[in-house]
Amino acid sequence: MTRYSAWSLLRAGLSGQRTWTPAWRDAKPKKSYEAVIIGGGGHGLATAYYLASKHGLRDIAVLERGWIGGGNTGRNTTVIRSNYFFPESTRFYDFSLSLYEDLSRELNYNIMFSRRGMWSFAHDRHGVEMLRRSANAMRLNGADAEYHEADEVFRRIPGLNPSPRFPILAGLLQPRGGTARHDAVAWGYARAADSLGVDIIQNCEVTGFDIRDGRIRGLETSLGDIAVERVGLAVAGHSSVMAARAGFRLPIVSYALQAFVSEPMKPVLDTVVLAPSTGTYLSQSDKGEIVVGSALDLFPSYAQRGSLPVLEHTAAGLIDLFPHFSRVRLLRQWAGIVDVVQDSTPILGESPVKGLYLNCGWGTGGFKAIPGGGFCFAHNIATGEAHPLAAAFSLDRFRTGALIDEAAASGIAH
Amino acid sequence: MLLIDCPWCGPRAESEFRCGGESPIVRPADPAATDDTTWADYMFFRDNVKGLGFERWHHRYGCGLWFNIARDTVSHRILAVYGITDPRPALEGEA
Repeated sequence: MTRYSAWSLLRAGLSGQRTWTPAWRDAKPKKSYEAVIIGGGGHGLATAYYLASKHGLRDIAVLERGWIGGGNTGRNTTVIRSNYFFPESTRFYDFSLSLYEDLSRELNYNIMFSRRGMWSFAHDRHGVEMLRRSANAMRLNGADAEYHEADEVFRRIPGLNPSPRFPILAGLLQPRGGTARHDAVAWGYARAADSLGVDIIQNCEVTGFDIRDGRIRGLETSLGDIAVERVGLAVAGHSSVMAARAGFRLPIVSYALQAFVSEPMKPVLDTVVLAPSTGTYLSQSDKGEIVVGSALDLFPSYAQRGSLPVLEHTAAGLIDLFPHFSRVRLLRQWAGIVDVVQDSTPILGESPVKGLYLNCGWGTGGFKAIPGGGFCFAHNIATGEAHPLAAAFSLDRFRTGALIDEAAASGIAH
Repeated sequence: MLLIDCPWCGPRAESEFRCGGESPIVRPADPAATDDTTWADYMFFRDNVKGLGFERWHHRYGCGLWFNIARDTVSHRILAVYGITDPRPALEGEA
């Protein structure tokens, strides 16, 4: 693997940039592996990378039905944050954020992580109280948070509508939050994993599981059978489909989450903004596009496209916050299928089948969790024990009742 | 945009309705005597099918009626609308 650096760029420039080789091999599946990860999105690739780099496993494959990073990893709005309420969540997401901070160096791949901060607003007295509570909870749990009155919010975010339909009374800023280039996260992990010997196999669908005596023995795929006794499932919105093939059900409902980008503009917005009144959140990409999203299409869906009412709602919310965007045209619209769990907390750990591990339930916020999710999931697959940061995210919590109800506590909009 | 044929009001836009999740889900007859696994299964675990699914919908900004629909979760095609207590109707192409 060519190490990327200013020097390698310069040297390749001397021969007209024609000497670059592919960033990862186009691998073909072997007959058996020590571990297989199903799903070549951010979580799957990160898991393979940490299995290889932290746990010394080399005989690993990542199986992807389409192309890597082509699911939700390539479809999200790239916001990275850790503004949760419960200690278990904040600890985990803050760990993930801290991995993001050093990820470009670790992977030798520029993921374009931009620590531009993230704002959430309060629109009424109760919202202000909730925001103060959030700020205090985040600080108690070790994440950074700043509470600001309206004057400061308007000073820091030029162009914000001074009299929107839902007034902005206060703001909560997480300064370490930000954005990263989504494709680069997938490609960076893929390249780093490949260089450690991981086989990344695209266009390979897992069609069945070979389960004997409640233990996984192998996989049936569109490219032939694979004998394997440790399997990680990281397929987001399709988790229920794969679980059904393995003979169990999950507490997941799949919804379409839409996102939109505008035509590119000169830099106008240097942070991430969330307005809970309408659920609208936006940031400006490095290309200059306004990247905006809001609520789920609230009916089960496996169609990677959204409905018009959410588009209308999002556009209205956007213009309410920034009226000067009213003549900006939206260029693209799409949807990803997200795996929503009742308590808006992920499921990470054992499944009812021995040797088959689950990484799902990220709902609308899986992107920010990629490094942390991959790290803890790899630990679980390699050691058979849950990582302490993810121990509370077990599937068993639905039976014991130990839910971590972020849906209510941190006001997640679904 | 879904066009949903409310049994009382007729065809109306998706934005007038709310999806109430999978149907039917049967509450265990004696909750006190139900073990935790069965209860969790009833409360949280879903088929979440890709393809033909059955779900209940509520005409929230209309007549307020609850009813069932059979809908494909990939194409979004609605194959049947039936009453909340009615059994599943036979569908075209269904084995």
